Amino acid sequence: MIRITLRGLLTRKLRSSLTAIAIVLGVAMISGTYVLTDTINGSFSSLYKEIYKGTDAYVTGRSVVKNNMSGMDIAPSFQQSLVGRVSSVRDVKVAVGSVGSASCSIVGKNGKVISTGGAPNLGFSIDPSVSQLNTLSLVSGSWPKAGEVVIDQSAADKGGYKAGDIVGILTNGPVRKVRLSGIVKFGSSNGILGATLAGFDLATAQRLFDRQGKLDSIQAIAKLGVSPARLVKELRSALPKSVTVRTGAQEASKATADTSKQISAFQYFLLAFAGIALFVGSFVIINTLSITVAQRTREFATLRTLGGSRAQVMVSILTEAAIVGVVASITGLLLGFGLAIGLMRLFQSLGLELPKNAMVIEPRTVIVSLAVGIIVTLIASARPALRATRVPPIAAVREGAVLPPSRFHRFRTPGSLALTALGFLLLMLGLFAHGLTTKEILLTLGGGAVFIFIGVSLVIARVVKPIARAVSPLGTLAVTLLSVVVWPLSVLSWLVKLALLRRPEFPGVIPDRVMNHLALQNSGRNPERTASSAAALMIGLALVTLVSVLAASLIGSFKGAVDAIFTGSYAITPVNQSSVTGMPVAVSNAVAKVPGVEAISSVRAGFGLVYGKSDMVNAVDGQPSQVFRLDWKVGSEKTLDSLGSNGAIVPERFADKHHLRLNSPLTVVTPSGKTLDLSVKGIFKPPTGGSAFGDVTFSARTFDANFQDPSSMYTLLKMKGGATAANSTALDKALAGFPNAQAQTRQQFVNSQIAQLNPILMVLYVLLAFSVLISVVGIIVMLVLTVYERTRELGMLRAIGVTQRQTRRMIRHEAVITALIGGALGIGLGLVFGVLLVSRMPYVSFSLPTGQLILCGIAAVIIGIVAAIFPARRAARLNVLEALQYE
Amino acid sequence: MSTEVSKTFENESAKRDGIAVHAVDITRCYGEGDTAVHALRGVSVDVPAGRLTAVMGPSGSGKSTLMHILAGLDKPSSGTVEIEGTEITSLDDTALTKLRRKHVGFIFQFFNLLPMLTARENIVLPLEIAGEKVDPDWFDEVVTKVHISKRLKHRPAQLSGGQQQRVAVARALITRPTVLFADEPTGNLDSRTGGEILELLHDSVETLGQTIVMVTHDARVATIADRVLFLGDGEIVRELPETTPEEIQKAIQEIGR
Repeated sequence: MIRITLRGLLTRKLRSSLTAIAIVLGVAMISGTYVLTDTINGSFSSLYKEIYKGTDAYVTGRSVVKNNMSGMDIAPSFQQSLVGRVSSVRDVKVAVGSVGSASCSIVGKNGKVISTGGAPNLGFSIDPSVSQLNTLSLVSGSWPKAGEVVIDQSAADKGGYKAGDIVGILTNGPVRKVRLSGIVKFGSSNGILGATLAGFDLATAQRLFDRQGKLDSIQAIAKLGVSPARLVKELRSALPKSVTVRTGAQEASKATADTSKQISAFQYFLLAFAGIALFVGSFVIINTLSITVAQRTREFATLRTLGGSRAQVMVSILTEAAIVGVVASITGLLLGFGLAIGLMRLFQSLGLELPKNAMVIEPRTVIVSLAVGIIVTLIASARPALRATRVPPIAAVREGAVLPPSRFHRFRTPGSLALTALGFLLLMLGLFAHGLTTKEILLTLGGGAVFIFIGVSLVIARVVKPIARAVSPLGTLAVTLLSVVVWPLSVLSWLVKLALLRRPEFPGVIPDRVMNHLALQNSGRNPERTASSAAALMIGLALVTLVSVLAASLIGSFKGAVDAIFTGSYAITPVNQSSVTGMPVAVSNAVAKVPGVEAISSVRAGFGLVYGKSDMVNAVDGQPSQVFRLDWKVGSEKTLDSLGSNGAIVPERFADKHHLRLNSPLTVVTPSGKTLDLSVKGIFKPPTGGSAFGDVTFSARTFDANFQDPSSMYTLLKMKGGATAANSTALDKALAGFPNAQAQTRQQFVNSQIAQLNPILMVLYVLLAFSVLISVVGIIVMLVLTVYERTRELGMLRAIGVTQRQTRRMIRHEAVITALIGGALGIGLGLVFGVLLVSRMPYVSFSLPTGQLILCGIAAVIIGIVAAIFPARRAARLNVLEALQYE
Repeated sequence: MSTEVSKTFENESAKRDGIAVHAVDITRCYGEGDTAVHALRGVSVDVPAGRLTAVMGPSGSGKSTLMHILAGLDKPSSGTVEIEGTEITSLDDTALTKLRRKHVGFIFQFFNLLPMLTARENIVLPLEIAGEKVDPDWFDEVVTKVHISKRLKHRPAQLSGGQQQRVAVARALITRPTVLFADEPTGNLDSRTGGEILELLHDSVETLGQTIVMVTHDARVATIADRVLFLGDGEIVRELPETTPEEIQKAIQEIGR
């Protein structure tokens, strides 16, 4: 039996390999994701090990607040005198105190900040005298003395600097000119994961980072024979509770754990898309195997008459599926390695230099990729295999025998409707039920979507004919328009062919009514096939639609919010939007002096403990009432101007949750552990699209006095005459000393904020493109199998006068109809999902992305045309005579 | 092909007197060298217009190959074929397809109707494909002749084998082809229904002046054929004009061994 299966697979090479593609891509995404994230994790792990390798004990400020966005602890700095106490501990051989900053940008020779593509701009003090603690090595020049800097090789290359040059350093003030004493390397690499490095002597660093008399960390080395653990114990008893002491190894693994938490979120995100791709792939497999089983009815019947049992028939199909699954999974696994390498190269070319580490391939990567690929294939083949067992032996001798319907056939439509309903129920539950954890919400939403997709795909098998009739003219129109658009190109290719002495047909654009009609009839012949192929495409397009609805809604709401809140004419924003920090506070002072500025207000952002949880807090300075307009429940814009040292405003939702009223007390704990006692002076209702202010907003004076490294997220201005060329020039001039700040008109501000969404959208669309690609393969396989099944019919058509071109057009139209069914349902479902999701999102209202939806429809038509190319060519090139004699 | 030539032959009597298909010295071999199989070894044949020419012979005698070459579905290894004065062996696929639309009709053993179309749609399909209008009078005449006028809205699955073949005959006649090729048209039908189809074909020769070339095993063809060609080993071994079933049986036994 196995031999027969193998023989069968080999004789159906094309079909088997096309089926395999459906799995290969999904598995490649799984293995690629694992390899990529493991390798990045490995890079960070070895990076941190390298950084802390000489350190026996590491002292930092005890953190009480987390950064909500990154989940990282925010460690406060501490008094420099602590280093003396560390040194005086008995087993400490040497202790070095240092300061650091993640927002120490280097300004290139062109006057622009050297961009890092999102990586931090690291600045720190270095003490080359303790070589054991120094992870850097000099490439050229010398170590920095007071007022000097060393930078990493790749930053020097990008900035166009060599040792001895004067370099601009940007921290929490205007650019400072510093002499470049030397260029350094980290270990063997020119940089660290794309970050820029700037090293100073301690005093210079303290001055630059606003840490006079303070330290961020102390590294200690133990005396010979003293273990790091013992040293840490001694230090803990000698030092105050306001600092934390860890061994170098602990610090390295803590840092690794912090980053890998973020990386694993990224990993789950990618794996989710791999899951979607495999889900779409399983539709393709079910469809392919179902068609194959139908076509091999006589073969199975013959096996049965020769004494084969039902079990043997089933095993033969499952074996076939298993072989395809194994081969596809192995191919996918290897392809995934390639994918990971490609992505790492891409990162490298974007400047995110990874340490020269080997690709990390964990056993888990191999096991999960293979297991998932094979299991999905087997599950998908179960139904077709069961169907094959129902072939009666008599079918061997009967022309055109069809499979008997299943016992459950009559429950199918109600069953699939019920499944769809259950899916929507789960979706609603996930969206609107209270008290679910993030994980539970995601699982419920995902499960709901899966049920809906399966349910709808089963339902549409019943209504393929009317839908096909509805979309067919649309397809004709779209194909005709597209043919007109590319007609000049077609003529060109015709001329080329003509010159090559072939006899091509002149390209035409007029639709072939008869062939289109035949195609429409064909699409309804096996509604389940058409439905299944369309459903695979529907899934991808539904998610694409969902993403574009979310994007449009976010953008629309944001625009609305800016219009509602911001009454000024200019915004000053950081140039490097992806950077972790904002602009120096000094920007505000520089701009305020520009003639014509009538009002100015900057917004700070930070994290603090509010009601025991880390939360974003904001602060405003200047004359906020002149540039902000809010909907007030308590207080007014004037409240913003007179917050004083302890006044705060809160949004209505937050006030209701914590029962806050005018003059209610409210406490915020800063990262350094200080408690701010505030009092509610205003309660506002944020517009749809959100406001500039988080849960608690107080005065910038209070913020700057209590939060480390204060910086402005943006500065808003009101100018005489509004946005004019003269005003813009004046602002640009004032900002010349701040390369990281730019003046934007209201419109530019909105556009640049929206543009931040683009990279994320791009990534989402690319990831979804994999799923769409798999569904294209699905349509190709269906058409190939259909052409193969209708060989004799095609032979007849050719004999009675159908030209090759007409044959191609017929297949093409069937593909376009199938794709349009998938497109229409996908766009429809995507809109429904979008409306539901948006209705649940705070501060977002629904916007219809009309343009994107039209593009989506056009994409569906193009998908149909592309999917048809190969099958149509096969159909057109059939030898008429052989086709006619084909059984 | 030139339209003037075909117009000349619109005339019924001209068709009767003329030659619809003119084939000279056709050979067809498959494969090369030692393993080459010679399906046809130099066959010359004229198909007279307005007559029914039957081609008979044992399996492997080359009769099907001959028909396929005469119909332009296959190309001979050497020799020429003219349909209404057009040399077809050198035409490319598109030109051949267009020639088939105008000049050639087919009837197949397995009917080959499109299952998703009604009988009516199947019948007019060749005209639709060619982008031509259906002549309602001619359509009525054809469907009446093949006795299918009451079943025009049925799909093939709702028709008996005989009815399906009648639809196929109507589909072949609707374009008024210069020559109609029938490949074992009774091979998949019971004896009585097969007889009816033969009668129908005979009738279309008699009343419509349709030229037919039929490949068959059915000895009853003798009663309707104007001429029977016997093929054996790729050559015409005998030709019987206006014959009887008995003579055909005798010839089959002699040739078929």
